[in-house]
Formats: sequence, C-alpha cells, structure tokens
Amino acid sequence: MSGMASRRLVRASLGALAVLTGLYLVLPVFIVIPMSFSDSAFLEFPPKAWSWRWYENFLGDETWVSSLVSSVQVGVLVTLCAVVLGTAAALGMIRGRYPLKALVSALVMAPVLVPYVIIGLAVYAVFLDLGLTETLLGFVLVHTALAVPYVVITVSSALMSFDRRLENAAMSLGAGPIVTFARVTLPVILPSVLSGAVFAFVTSFDEVVTSVFLSGPDFTTLPVQMWSGVRVRIDPTVAAVSSMLLLVTLALFAVAGLARLARRVRAGGAKERRSS
Amino acid sequence: MTAEAATAEPAAPAVRRGLPRLDRWGLLVLPLVGFLLAVLVWPLTAVLLRSFTDPEPGVENYLAFFHSPVYLDVLVNTFVTAGLVTLVTLLLGFPYSYLMTLASPFWRGVLMLAVLVPFWTSLLVRTFAWVLILRDTGVVNELLPGPPVPLLRNLPGVLIGMVQVMLPFAVLPMYAAMRGIDRRLLQAAEGLGARPAFAFWRIYAPLAVPGVAASALLVFVSSLGFYVTPALLGGPKNIMIGELIVQQLSGVLRWGFASALAVILLVVTGGLLMLMSRLVDLRRLLGGAR
Repeated sequence: MSGMASRRLVRASLGALAVLTGLYLVLPVFIVIPMSFSDSAFLEFPPKAWSWRWYENFLGDETWVSSLVSSVQVGVLVTLCAVVLGTAAALGMIRGRYPLKALVSALVMAPVLVPYVIIGLAVYAVFLDLGLTETLLGFVLVHTALAVPYVVITVSSALMSFDRRLENAAMSLGAGPIVTFARVTLPVILPSVLSGAVFAFVTSFDEVVTSVFLSGPDFTTLPVQMWSGVRVRIDPTVAAVSSMLLLVTLALFAVAGLARLARRVRAGGAKERRSS
Repeated sequence: MTAEAATAEPAAPAVRRGLPRLDRWGLLVLPLVGFLLAVLVWPLTAVLLRSFTDPEPGVENYLAFFHSPVYLDVLVNTFVTAGLVTLVTLLLGFPYSYLMTLASPFWRGVLMLAVLVPFWTSLLVRTFAWVLILRDTGVVNELLPGPPVPLLRNLPGVLIGMVQVMLPFAVLPMYAAMRGIDRRLLQAAEGLGARPAFAFWRIYAPLAVPGVAASALLVFVSSLGFYVTPALLGGPKNIMIGELIVQQLSGVLRWGFASALAVILLVVTGGLLMLMSRLVDLRRLLGGAR
C-alpha cells in the first residue's frame, strides 16, 4: 500500500530532521569540554596534545578567581532575596485581594520581557548617580529583579494546586498562622521554592548583559570576565571556565530534577497509603 | 474580566465595582512591587525622560535616528534578523514538536532533554562554543576540505547562534499546544476519505495555529532585544539595535541618543507583547518554558 509507505517515509524523514535538530541543540555546547584540555593557545579540535594548562591559568590568575568569588557572592545573595520576595509575592498574588491585579502581574513579569540591554542601560544611568555601579549591592539589586519572576512562577504554580483544607485543619487544631505556614504550607511548596531558588541562582550566575554595564575594576563577575576574554581576542582560559560552568549548571539542574522526582514519588506513596 | 468572573469562587460575596481593597494576603505583594518600582520602573522612566531632555529638551534624538540611513539600517537589520530567526526556528521547531507528540515516552523524554540542555546552559558559554566551531580555524572548517567557509562575523553565523538559543522557547509552547490536539480527528478525516496530507493541512494545522503563532511572536520579540549573540557572531554589517545602544554609550557617551534607541526598542517590544497577550496567557507560556 503506497499510503502506508509514504506515511512511513514522512515519519522517517521527520525523525531524521528531529535527530539533527536535537544534535544541533546539544552537541555544540559540549565541544567546549575537550577543547578546554587543548595544550595549544589556538584550542584546536581535536586537541593534538592534552593539558590542564587553561585550568591552571584560571586558578593562578587573581582577576579570574576574584570574579568567580564575586559571582558566587552575588548569586547567593540574589537567591536569598529573590526567594523571600518572590515567595511572599506569590502567596499574595494567589491568595490575596489587591488593587490593579493585571498591572501588578505585568510588573512582576516585566524583568523577563524587557530586553536586558534596556534594563542594563536604565539601571546603569541611575546607579551611576547613586554610586552603586561596581558594587556588590548594585549587582544584587539588578540580578534580584531579573531572577524574581522565575521564583514567582514556580511558587505560584505550587500554591495553585495546594489544598488549603490542610491549613484549616492545622488552624482548627490551634496552630497560629506562622506555625501553620512553617509546618504545613512551607513543607508542601518547598520543592517548588527550591527549584525557584535554583533558577534564581543560575539567572544571576549567568547574567552578562546588565553586568557588563555595572562592572569595572572595582567589581566584576565571572561572565563579564569571560565576555572580555572573547570580545576582541580569544583567551583560551574561557574554554576552561566554560567547561566548569557547564558541569556546575547541569549538576544543579539535575539536583533540582531529582528533587522534583523525589516529591512525585513521595506524593505517589502518600496517595497509595491514603487509598489503602 | 470574564475570565476573572469565571474563576471566582461561587460563595464569594458580590464585589462592588471598582478597585478591590487590599486584604492581609494582598499585603505580601507589596514588598516585591515596591522593589520593582525602585529597581526597574524608576530607571526606565528616567530613560524615557532622558531621551527627550539630553543633551537639550526636544525630540532631537528621535529625529537624529529617523533621519540617519545608518541607524535606520540597524533597525531594519534588527527586524530582518529577528524575522529570519523566527522563520528558521519555526521550520525546525514545528516538526520537532510534532514528532514529540507522536514519540514513545522514552523518545519524548530524549527529545525534551535535548531542548532543555541548551535552555539550562549559559548563553555566553554556548555563544563561545559557536565561535570555536564556526571560525576560520574552527571545527567545521577543519573538517571541511578546501579554503575556509566564512561562517563567523556574518549573517549565517548570527542565525546559527540565535536559532539555537530560541528553539527551546518555540518548541516548549508548541509542544504544549500540540499535545492538546485530539489526533482522532485526523483518523476521522482519513476515515471519511481524506488523504493524510490533506487531513493534516485542513484539520491539524488550523488547530495548531494558536500555539505556533504564540511561539513565533515570543521568538520574534525576544530576538529583537538580543545583544550577546549577534555581537559575538555577527560582523559590522549585522549590528542589531541592542549593540547600537551599547556602542552609543561606551564609545561616544551619547546618553540621550542611547536612551531614545532604548525607548524605540521598548515601544516595539511592548506593542508586540500586548498583541501577544491577547493570544495567550504570557505567564503560562513562560512558566511552561522554565
């Protein structure tokens, strides 16, 4: 039957196209890893001789290491601020009543939607006057704004499926609102809060554009240091840094993924117990 | 309005028309609103004002932009690049998403992971990888015989880099939309004698249009504001408006002009987003994406 055959042909070519697209999505990133071990400053592929040279270069260079330290500092503080602000806002947005709802939602999503170049320019102008450029505080403020929507999204989706009768039960048994939140609500939404936290950290840790505006000799983050290492002439150290970043981000998301899986397993277990 | 009425609890008392009051839960929204007003809205307002006041009051900055062929070229190039990125992204993303709806759970997982990996990895790292792959002495040109094919510092380079960045943003919402389409409709059409291609075109495609349109707009709007990828993979002829903004600031300190450029980009982006929010729930789109 020609219909069957042509359908099989369509499926096969679709499959081939999808595989090629998948390779195009995944493969290029990982090519950095073998290249980072190249002994040559030209980073040829495949490397003719292998070495840890560029990793040693990274660790031995004061500017690289201090930019890494700055990035971690900023990332940790941003995660804390974004999780607190974002979780509170998600609670308010899902459960509360407040004026101008549509406008508030638009405002909370704005950091994702406004091009980062514009945010960078705008914040740079204001921060120059306030003396906040090239400071830890300045970076934390901007990155928190960029990261907070992801916390709001993940936490509010958890809150939407949260069964509030659990809270009513706790309250009727004499728990106050704070105890109820800490002992009943928070444990249930915690996996979402944590995955929001991972997004917040990664958003800050990877951020280039706004950081390029804000950084200078007094305060620079790792992506900015990398940016200057590729902008004009390629500094092979960037390949080593890129490989390390790749592994760290993928590990973080693997942990977040596992946490979600664990929750699903636990939820499944609870359901079984309830039904038995 | 109607959506809100539909989701309101049935037991809720009749609400007065006008602004709802702030209740205790609502108070929790305030810290974030105050924070974003200070860190985002205030600076953006200052940019808007500055575009009309720096170096002197008036619309000089905007006139300078619209009267200069050089700057208009950048604007045109920005739109053309974003348009091409959208086109290629859809051409690759549509069959990919469609196949995801047909694949077995295992292969669907594999295809999903392939979309998520670049989504999770740093944009800068990925762009850097493209530089290593596409440059004259790069991986591609080492493997190809003959003189090096120019793939970097030109439009193909920009497209290769940007499409890879945008594909996940297109595939995730398209897949979500396509998953909701009942495939039995196709069987029904074929049962009534339609050829598979005809059934796909007349039954499936129209149902997929909202998801595809939403993806297309999301990709187009995001592409307009790109800076890192075109700056590293493009050449002097491929400058997009984002890079022009940075140039005007770091090179010549034309604050007012840079601000006007930002306002133009923001107005275009905002207008398209408003159009898009009529088509789809933006929050859901972004939530599904991350």
